[in-house]
Amino acid sequence: MERLIVVGNGMAGVACVEQILKHAPKFEITIFGDETHVNYNRILLSSVLAGEKEMDDITLNGLEWYQSNGILLRLGVRITAVDPVAKTVTGEDGSVTPYDKLLLATGSTAFIPPIPGVDKDGVFAFRNLDDTRNILERAREGAKVVVIGGGLLGLEAARGLQVQGCDVTVVHLMDTLMERQLDSAGGEYLKKQIEHLGVRVELSKSTTALLGNGHVEGVAFKDGASLPAEMVVVAAGIRPNVDLGRKAGLAINRGIVVNDYMETSDSSVFAVGECVEHNGIVYGLVAPLFEQGKVLAATITGNRGPVYLGSKQAAKLKIMGVDVFSAGDPNAADGAEIVKYEDPTLGIYKKLLVRDNKLAGVILVGDVNDSHRYMEWLRADTDISAMRRSLLFPEPTSDDGQDVAQIPDGETVCGCMGVTKGAIVQAIQSRGLNTLAQLKECTKASTGCGSCTTLCQHLLKAVAPNFEEEGKKVLCHCVPFSQESLREIVRSQRLKSVQDILSIYGNGVGCEICKPALSYMVDVVWCGDHEEDRSARFINDRVHANIQKDGTFSVVPRIRGGITSPAELRKIADVADKYNVPMVKITGSQRIDLLGVKKSDLPKIWADLGMPSGQAYTKGVRMVKTCVGTEFCRFGTQDAIGAGVELERRLENLFTPHKVKMGAVGCPRNCAEATVKDIGLVGQEGSWQVVVGGAAGKSVRKADLLITVETTEQALEAAGLFFQYYREHGNYLERTYDFVERIGIEKIRKETVYALDPAKKGLLDRLRKSKAISYDAWQEGVRPVNPTQFVQIEAIERPLERFSHEQFQGALV
Amino acid sequence: MSWIRITNTENIPLREGRSVLVNGRDIAIFNLGDRFLAVENRCPHGGGPLAEGLVSGNTVVCPLHAWKVCLESGAVKKPQSDACLMTYPVETVGDIVCVDVPASARAA
Repeated sequence: MERLIVVGNGMAGVACVEQILKHAPKFEITIFGDETHVNYNRILLSSVLAGEKEMDDITLNGLEWYQSNGILLRLGVRITAVDPVAKTVTGEDGSVTPYDKLLLATGSTAFIPPIPGVDKDGVFAFRNLDDTRNILERAREGAKVVVIGGGLLGLEAARGLQVQGCDVTVVHLMDTLMERQLDSAGGEYLKKQIEHLGVRVELSKSTTALLGNGHVEGVAFKDGASLPAEMVVVAAGIRPNVDLGRKAGLAINRGIVVNDYMETSDSSVFAVGECVEHNGIVYGLVAPLFEQGKVLAATITGNRGPVYLGSKQAAKLKIMGVDVFSAGDPNAADGAEIVKYEDPTLGIYKKLLVRDNKLAGVILVGDVNDSHRYMEWLRADTDISAMRRSLLFPEPTSDDGQDVAQIPDGETVCGCMGVTKGAIVQAIQSRGLNTLAQLKECTKASTGCGSCTTLCQHLLKAVAPNFEEEGKKVLCHCVPFSQESLREIVRSQRLKSVQDILSIYGNGVGCEICKPALSYMVDVVWCGDHEEDRSARFINDRVHANIQKDGTFSVVPRIRGGITSPAELRKIADVADKYNVPMVKITGSQRIDLLGVKKSDLPKIWADLGMPSGQAYTKGVRMVKTCVGTEFCRFGTQDAIGAGVELERRLENLFTPHKVKMGAVGCPRNCAEATVKDIGLVGQEGSWQVVVGGAAGKSVRKADLLITVETTEQALEAAGLFFQYYREHGNYLERTYDFVERIGIEKIRKETVYALDPAKKGLLDRLRKSKAISYDAWQEGVRPVNPTQFVQIEAIERPLERFSHEQFQGALV
Repeated sequence: MSWIRITNTENIPLREGRSVLVNGRDIAIFNLGDRFLAVENRCPHGGGPLAEGLVSGNTVVCPLHAWKVCLESGAVKKPQSDACLMTYPVETVGDIVCVDVPASARAA
């Protein structure tokens, strides 16, 4: 076995190693990485910054992958020297490691322009996980941030920071955003969309200095202007890391020079990825790296033959709601024909450059649905003369299946990982794949930038016998997204009203299914600080009472823990008499229900009762049922009443995906049935069990143990953590017992009671914020959201005073 | 036929309904933003108060069992049904919503 040393644990190096492993075993492999993380998907760092993904989510190869493939991984070790004669590499830690073959996959580093003050505290590059983590730590609500650089990375960073609540300005040296990928008109469309998100854009701004004393406080420009900034993110481009290549004595231009076989000027040293220059081009995007890796793997394993002939470059901006795609040479000036389409109102700009009946370049802003088609034309050098009439708008295909069927087998579906349609279909059929997750694992398709996910799903749908959509059920046809995606949309696009969501992401209309769900969503995402729209609420949530079969309402006041008093009972009795309430009923939840109340009497009854709403009509906190506990019971071991009343007090007035019924019992005899409640506190000698996901309704389910804790305060905190987690991750109309089964109690424990302190604090802070803004809904009896909410409208004119049709027509004129 | 002046437009909030009793008829009037529409305030299914329903485009969804009624035609859209409610012409004159209600032909 020969010794192969790989310097660089990034996407290019590891992807190349994956290709090498596909050949006959030839090497003992050691990978050095200067970052301390396993291999991750760098393209998705902007999603981590935007909070769409956790750092763990973007791992590509976990430690077990290295182990199972017999690869020695040396993390956190920067290689500082190469001796091409002795064939050794030297690490920063002093280690000297011999090699037979050396693979340089050193990638690139962020280019930090030589501006005075770039070394100040609060100035960051945006290139790796550590940068991302540092930026996130500083990104607080309202922080003024300047992003230097209006390219792909700068814009994605700006959007991520803006989602985190920062006040962001992008300053760009050139007069067009993403000028390498767009033309000036396309850049203008993009600028409008970016500004629409709430990010300011300043063009033709040359930064001359970063101001501040130690810590950055502002940015000064050549034109004399300046901007305040407590954080500056520099995204001014990247530079290939060629230092080691130079030390190894390799031929270097901008990058390490390689030939079509991916060989350098030294037969024992190879290079791949962003540090490489092929045919005068240094590639900074992901797809070329994989194509190079395949060729290199063949050459290095002694199967020299395949050649790398350069890549068609494509760039896609990953900002939700801002669609930009550019490929080929979008600014070709040499006599290419231009075919274009613009719709300023819709913000759509499409431009194709055609040369000799072939596509030379494409720019799409605002509508990137056809990007795959164009990319394929570029890749295959397709003669498009037969398609001239439908260049900008493809002939509509009636169903997805047919659409997919028309793609040739050799066509690339996943450009990042270089997976063809044929390979996908073959994998689905031969391995019996049924889910996207299986397809990803098996073929790696859709694991790069993710833009081919829909296409992969269509392929699965068409080919897999038992295709499963993976819980991506859409909320309803009005807004065809899963609830999970919608929560993300609401958060990232800072949408605060139901009507905005419907107008931008839906059919503008909405229905009885999506409107209440979206109403809940904006409430929980913004911790109650949303734009309340009662027209999107079910009647119960407009009048804070439960509508009955005859159109009357029921009134259930809050009786915390089921503990009441003679005075309270007298008031209830008086109200029942005064308003001729047809039925007074003790509920199954230790409360009292007044049934058959007229809508117009509701505010008066609430005022007379002087008790808060029991929320018996809504998807929210119902009650905590308690047993007598240590107060009176001979067997009680815990103060169930005290704990139950406090639990109800802490969570009352809040809304949840579905109703939440709770219980607290003072001993395992479980007299108040806490083990079949959404949240239950079960007291035992010296401790509380906190149980969740119980049910005694349509289905019966014993609650799962969340945690056992010693004190009541700990039990209340655990209940609060689960409650807020359910609020944030539960789908509307999903009871806790379905939620717990869907997520799994292990994961719930890990993300609530056993979560790291910052995560726990986040949940509790958001719970606290929501609680602070919440209020007893029955206060609206005195101050209704709408003045006519409880009032029966009387016609201005009594029927006797009516006037004739002719008179009315006269009045209209 | 006679036009009755019902109420100020602002008394019926956007995308909501309110009921009014005219000539012994219970009528639900809805504010769709660009116009007002009126139907009988009684779902053909269980008699539910349509004025309390959620508005979805030009339909209203009954709060009792989610029957969907077209506010323009009065026809039941969901579930499949031949049932059809009476609709009433509505005009706004200045700030006033006016409904054309037959004198008493079908009044109870």
